[in-house]
Formats: sequence, structure tokens, C-alpha cells
Amino acid sequence: MPSPEQWTRPDPGAGPAATAAQPSPEQVIAGLRATTEGGAELTQLLTPEGERLADSRFDPYLADIDAEALRGLYRDMVLVRRADRESNAMQRQGQLGIWVPLLGQEAAQVGSGRALRPADMAFPSYREHGVAYTRGIDFRELLGIFRCTDHSGWDPAEYGFHPYTIVIGNQVLNAAGYAMGQKFDGKVGNADDAENEATIVYFGDGATSQGDVHEGFVWGAVYDAPVVYFCQNNQWAISEPTERQSRLPLYQRARGYGFPGIRVDGNDVLACLAVTRWALDECRHGNGPVLIEAFTYRMDAHTTTDDPTRYRLSDELEAWKLKDPIERVRAHLARAGGTEQDFFDGVDAEADEFAAQLRDFCFTMPDPPPERIFSEVYADTPAALDAQREEYLNYLAGFAGGEH
Amino acid sequence: MTTTSDTRSAVGPAVSAVAEPRTLTYSEAVREAMAQAMAADDRVFLLGEDVGTYGGAFGVSGDLVHRFGTERVRDTPISELGIVGAAVGAGLAGMRPIVEIQFSDFTAQAMDQIANQAAKIHFMLGGAATVPMVLRAPGGSGTGAAAQHSQSLEAWFAHVPGLQVVMPSTAADAKGLLLSAIDDPNPVIVLEHKLLYKQSGPVPEEPVRVRLGETAVRRTGTDVTIVATGVMVSRALEAAERLAADGVSASVLDPRTLRPLDDQTIVDSVAATGRALLVQEAPKTGGFMSEIAARIVESPAFGRLQAPVSRLCGLDVPIPYAPQLEQAAVPQVDDIVTKAAELVRRW
Repeated sequence: MPSPEQWTRPDPGAGPAATAAQPSPEQVIAGLRATTEGGAELTQLLTPEGERLADSRFDPYLADIDAEALRGLYRDMVLVRRADRESNAMQRQGQLGIWVPLLGQEAAQVGSGRALRPADMAFPSYREHGVAYTRGIDFRELLGIFRCTDHSGWDPAEYGFHPYTIVIGNQVLNAAGYAMGQKFDGKVGNADDAENEATIVYFGDGATSQGDVHEGFVWGAVYDAPVVYFCQNNQWAISEPTERQSRLPLYQRARGYGFPGIRVDGNDVLACLAVTRWALDECRHGNGPVLIEAFTYRMDAHTTTDDPTRYRLSDELEAWKLKDPIERVRAHLARAGGTEQDFFDGVDAEADEFAAQLRDFCFTMPDPPPERIFSEVYADTPAALDAQREEYLNYLAGFAGGEH
Repeated sequence: MTTTSDTRSAVGPAVSAVAEPRTLTYSEAVREAMAQAMAADDRVFLLGEDVGTYGGAFGVSGDLVHRFGTERVRDTPISELGIVGAAVGAGLAGMRPIVEIQFSDFTAQAMDQIANQAAKIHFMLGGAATVPMVLRAPGGSGTGAAAQHSQSLEAWFAHVPGLQVVMPSTAADAKGLLLSAIDDPNPVIVLEHKLLYKQSGPVPEEPVRVRLGETAVRRTGTDVTIVATGVMVSRALEAAERLAADGVSASVLDPRTLRPLDDQTIVDSVAATGRALLVQEAPKTGGFMSEIAARIVESPAFGRLQAPVSRLCGLDVPIPYAPQLEQAAVPQVDDIVTKAAELVRRW
């Protein structure tokens, strides 16, 4: 079966050439399959059934991942999922303004997030709650954004985690710039690897159509910036499938920019960890950038304002449930021995407690006072805005007398 | 925001001597304008993100894809610059594209095509080509959508020669102005408002055009002229009701088209009342009401002013996310009442 890559090449054989403008039906089918299934080039280290596959290229990046470490990754994913479900429920109960579910993307986020070192920098979109968790950000801090009491509750420099970027694709450019800064600061290619740093930026399949992402790729490439472009292809940009964004598998775009691209099973936490460690290493050693396409699935809605039943079939969701990122780790741990039911029960109990804390915290978050409107518009509030604040507060005080 | 009746039953019983006017929501009116334009002219088509099966982020395109097919209701890649750029190209080829940008804030992503191409191609080609493109986008706050999804950006577009800018405030105008925009050979930016989408009003069933560049006088009074745009029009009308009960008689004017602006109607009204209160949701500094204020003081109405021309605008801050702060950041009915009463009593 012809590779979708061949669409751009003339067919030297007999008959009319199947070109990019007029692919043959077989090529169309091949292309669709490549963007709806993982394809032969998918890097997978743990099958959906929980079988560990040996991989000479990436196994060295998992040398420290023993059963205890894998139990740690399992725990991470269970806690993140539970927090995600609890937050989704709180939005349904009117306690959060909106929620952006990550259900199904736990492995992509925990695996890649755990590959980062403290000095590295991550640029999220708005769905990366799992990455935030791996960066040490208290899940409760995330809730301020979604409960409308705060804009961003953490210091990006302290956690190596940039605030959420809501406008699609913008952060890819910012990450390229940040990585250029790391390079100019001499944080790349040092003999002592502890001095090296890298940047990772998260975006989705829909964002790959934005000019920002293209330009971010160009900038990272021509300045050899230490940036890992981590695309979570969750198959849907609200109602639009990945075929609306690309004719060929997204990871193959990297070739056109002159850096490596790789497709990883985004529901396989070990593969995501190993491949991201490799990519970050490449960047730290001066061989960046790298594009990773984490092939995964958004098992819930785009946000709580969305209803996916309007545009996709439940069969698809059912098929992806068989590739669940958490179940395969559980199956592997149980089968490989050494992990008792007590462990799984303990993690479940911990998740319950985690969710209860989240809920308690959320319900008691204070509403911001009116003067908060004027804060943080500028680093130092200009006099004119100060005057507007005074005027506004006086105006409010006028209503307090009861004439309102 | 109350939906008073099922639109289909609003026609009224057959025994009624005079049928009640049919009502539609603002978003239904926009959809009807697009459907009628598409039915009448094969060159008209819609493109945007999630406008197809999904029916639009705010449900405006609805079932159009089922009525006109995926060729004429096109889901596009997630690329606003691409959407507008492709529409400019289609317009040059003789089509009549309607672009939907999901939130007007995202026009920032497409601004090069809007301001440097769509607006200037006719000029730079010496009139050899036109760009008959309509760009529809919802703006405004009030839905808890935060700083990057709630802006009122009309002043950006109104500042660019070559563009026309429309802000419908009623369901009937949403339909009538959009039909005129589609007919127009020049690019037209139609700024809808998220809070208005579910508001209902009488809308003619026929494709009745509302001409671009005509200010609507929504209410006539003698003490003060309130000029308002977008969602502020209905707030100004509610404020005028309350002011009337308080002995203050207010005119309410809705420019509807910011460019070209019918300033004569505004100037005439201000000359008659002697006072002008200009209300916009957008931040005060550099806003479109500054332009209207300038037109008033440059006109003969200046000599008739009994009070300084006054603006009531959004605060000079990004729209906050917290609902109570979001509401406080833009003018509400109370604010209009207070400001207008003050203007009349103090001067």
C-alpha cells in the first residue's frame, strides 16, 4: 500500500500519476488510515493488553523505570484522571465556569511531563492538567482559572510551567523564543549535562493548521532551538477530525522543517516517557528541535460547552476505550507480579481523598473584590488607570447608601 | 433574556384579523439571511470552524450544512488567517464568501488578510478587482468567556479605510444588515454580539435589506441623546424607560453601521436635545464613541450643547473572568440611568 508521503511525488509507473492534487482512492484510504489508526510507525512499548515490548532504541531511556517507578506512573495517572472527573462534575454542578477534560490523555501528559527535569520549561495549551501535576503544581491552583476567581495561580519560573494559553497555537512561537533564550544563555550542548536545559510545548492536532505553529517550527529549526514540539493528536478539533487538518501523518511534517518527527502511542505512558526523554536529550545536546506526535484520543468533550455526540459515533469511543492508558499499566503490573490488589485499592482510596480535598477547596474559594478588575493590567498601574479605579470605587460606594 | 414564545406559534391563530409579526431569535435571523442569500445566489457560501455538522460554536449556522451541503458550508482547518485569506481569494474569483470567525477576538489571527489585503486590494489594483467578502464574528462580554474571548474590537476595523463595519443590535437588523453586506461589493465586517443571539424580535420573512450607513432612532426624547451600539442599545432603551419615569426624556440612537457612519442623524438629535451620552461596551480609550464625540463637537450641534459630550464605556482593562467583575467592567442599565440623569440635572 502506498505511503501517504508519496502523494507529493510523481508516480514513475504507467498510467496517470497520482499526485498531491489527485491522489488515487487507495492513497486516500491509506492516508485516512494513517491518520485514524496509529500505523506501523507508531512507537509503542506497552500494548493495550499490558504486554511490554522490547525496543532497542528506547529501552535505554527506561533503565530506571522498575516496578516501583511504574507503580508511581500508574498512581499519577489515576490521580490526574480522578481530579479531571471531579472537576468535570463540579462544572456540571455549577461550581466551575468551564472545564477542559483530559480524559484519555493521561499517559501522553504524565509520560511527557515526567520526562522533564526541574530546569526545563513547559508551555501548555489549556488541557495540560496532567503536565501541570507533574510539574508540582497543586491541582487546586488550577481550579482558580476554571472557577473564574483567578487568571493563573502559579509562578511560571518557579514551576517551569508557563500559564495556560487559550488562543490556539500561540504558545508554539513563545516556546521557540524561550528555547532560543536557553541556547543564547549557554544552556545547550554543555559537557556537563546537568547544565543543559530544554523546552517542551504542547498543542493539538487542530493547532497544526495555525500559522503560528508553522512559524514556531521554522524559528525553532533555523536557530537550532532546544524545543520539543509535543503534539497531542487526540483526533478531534472540536467537531473537526484530523483529516481536516492534514493529508499526511502529522509527525511527518517535521521532515519539511529539517528536524526529526516521531509518532508515539499517546496512550502508552512508557513510550511517551521514553520518547520524550530521548527528544529532550537531543535538544539539550544541541540536536533540537524534535516533533513528537502523541497519537491519542479525547474521550470526553472538547470542553464542557461541547457535546461530542453531535459529530462523532460512539463506536469510535468504544474502540478507544480498549486502548485505555491506565488499564494497560494495571494489567501489566498485575500480570508481571509483585503488585498486589492492596496497591490498586490504596491508589483508589488516595484518589477519593484527593478528589474530596479538591471539592472542599473549590467550594471555599473567595470571590475576587471589585478593585481586582484594575490589578495586573500593567506591571505598574499607570496614573490614569489608578484614577479610573478611584472613580469606580467611589461610584460603587455611592450605591452602598441604599439608593441602588 | 427571555424567549417569550415558540417562533412558529407566533404567527397567531387564523381567526386573528391582523397576524402578529413573526419573531425570530437574533441567531435564527442571521441564519435565515444566509439561507436566503445562498438560495438566491450560487456564489454565496459559508466557511469557518465547526460551521458544518456542529452548526457553529454558537449554533448560528445550525442546519445550513444539511440544506446546502458541505461544498457551500465548509468546515475549514483551524486557521483564521487561512479562512480570511481563502475568502479574499474566492471573492476575487467572483464568489460571495461569508466568513464566520468563532470569536471576534480571533480576527487578530487574521488581521493581515483583513486590513492589508481585503481592505486594500480594490484600491491597490486601481479598481480592477473587488473583494465582496462578509466576515461575521461574535464579540462582547457577558458569557464568562474571559479576556481573550470577550473583546469589543469594532474600533480596530473602523479605523481601516476600505472596510465597512456593521453592529446589528436587533434580530431584524441582524438579518437586514447581513443581506446588505452580502450584496455589497466591498468587504464588510459584521460584529454580532453573543448576548444577543438568543434575544427574539420581529423579523420580516422576506429578504428585506437594511441599508448600510443609516442610524436608527430607537426612541425620541427631548433632554438627552443616548448613542449606543451592540448590546448597549437594549440597555440604553431600558435605561430610557426608567429615566422617563424619573422625568428625564431621552432619545436613543443606534448607528448600526460604524463605517460608513450616518453622523447626520446623531448630530441632528444632539442639536435638539443639547446633551449627548455615548455608550459602548469597548474600553473607553481609543474607542469608537470617541469618533462620534468628535463628529458632534465638530458639527454645528456644538453651539447647541448644554453639557459636555459624555462617554460611558467599558473600563480600560481586559474583560475579567469572574462573573461579578465581568459585569462591573462594562456599562449596565443602572450606570446609564445614573450617568444620563447626572448629565441632565447637573447641566
